[in-house]
Amino acid sequence: MSNWTLIIYCGLITYLTRFTMIALIKKEMFNDRIREILSFVPSAIFPAIIFPAIFINETGLFQIEENPKILAAIIAMVIGILSRSIIATIFSGLASYWFLIFVV
Amino acid sequence: MNSNFKIFLKGIVDVSPLMIPVVPFGLIFGVLAIDIGFTPLETMGMSLIVFGGASQIVLLQLFSGGASSLVIISSVGAVNSRHLLYGAVVSEHLSDLKLIWKIIISYFLIDQAFAISNEYLKKNKDRNRYFHLVGGGATCWVIWQSTTLLGIILGASIPEKLGLSFAVPLTFLALLVNDFRKFINVIVIIISGTVATLGYNYIPFKAYVIVAALAGLFTAMILTKTIKIK
Repeated sequence: MSNWTLIIYCGLITYLTRFTMIALIKKEMFNDRIREILSFVPSAIFPAIIFPAIFINETGLFQIEENPKILAAIIAMVIGILSRSIIATIFSGLASYWFLIFVV
Repeated sequence: MNSNFKIFLKGIVDVSPLMIPVVPFGLIFGVLAIDIGFTPLETMGMSLIVFGGASQIVLLQLFSGGASSLVIISSVGAVNSRHLLYGAVVSEHLSDLKLIWKIIISYFLIDQAFAISNEYLKKNKDRNRYFHLVGGGATCWVIWQSTTLLGIILGASIPEKLGLSFAVPLTFLALLVNDFRKFINVIVIIISGTVATLGYNYIPFKAYVIVAALAGLFTAMILTKTIKIK
């Protein structure tokens, strides 16, 4: 599959997930139980990106020692929980990562 | 009743604070896409056609890991399944609209616009209240396209040593800040993250994103049934 075909398919599937509920489905078809489960989608899917990006190194191996990303991510998480701010979370994580790799 | 333009402007104003993290996110996307080997035109095309930060980053992540097209597309679909929820929630406010408006609004139904317009739509009953969602979505569109372009241009001049790719997990982490306060969400986060990390090298076709997400949702299904604390 060429890159462009891949991009178009990804665009299509993204658009369809946005469009189907708005256009085709009546809200009565969505009971509280399904809503409740769907509200967990971010918590179920984002960690699948977050964890490997922190714990798996460039060579594809699990790395827990000498891995500044772990501490930086923990700091970002704590700042995030305390501040509830998206921007503070990202910047505190990046700042501590740079501090750990350039200064320490 | 407020004029269409006034409500549109209100959407722009309301969504603005949420645009601050979109700027580094867009830049990072542009830089990474070029780094991985997409052409500037393909990178811009991704932002225009897909128009979804999380989807596009997942696309890059899996593409660079050598995943097959089918796995990339279904992972993008899985990441996007949260839009089904957004659509279901806002659809009650849009049910009277002409199809053409539904087609347009669907393109702009992104996390940030949903977050702010959902509040507005609940409180206001004007017939043209959906212009708020269009205002928020259009603002995000402009920011996303311009920062992607800037990322493409800057790409070569940002040193690899900075480790900007680490901003990807941080951005997703930031989107979960409110979920870390809820017990069931924390368990779901740990299960999904653990499955993805352990399965990274063993789950075939790089399908670890989908497998981990399903494990997380399954956990949520069981826990919400057994524990009734919110």
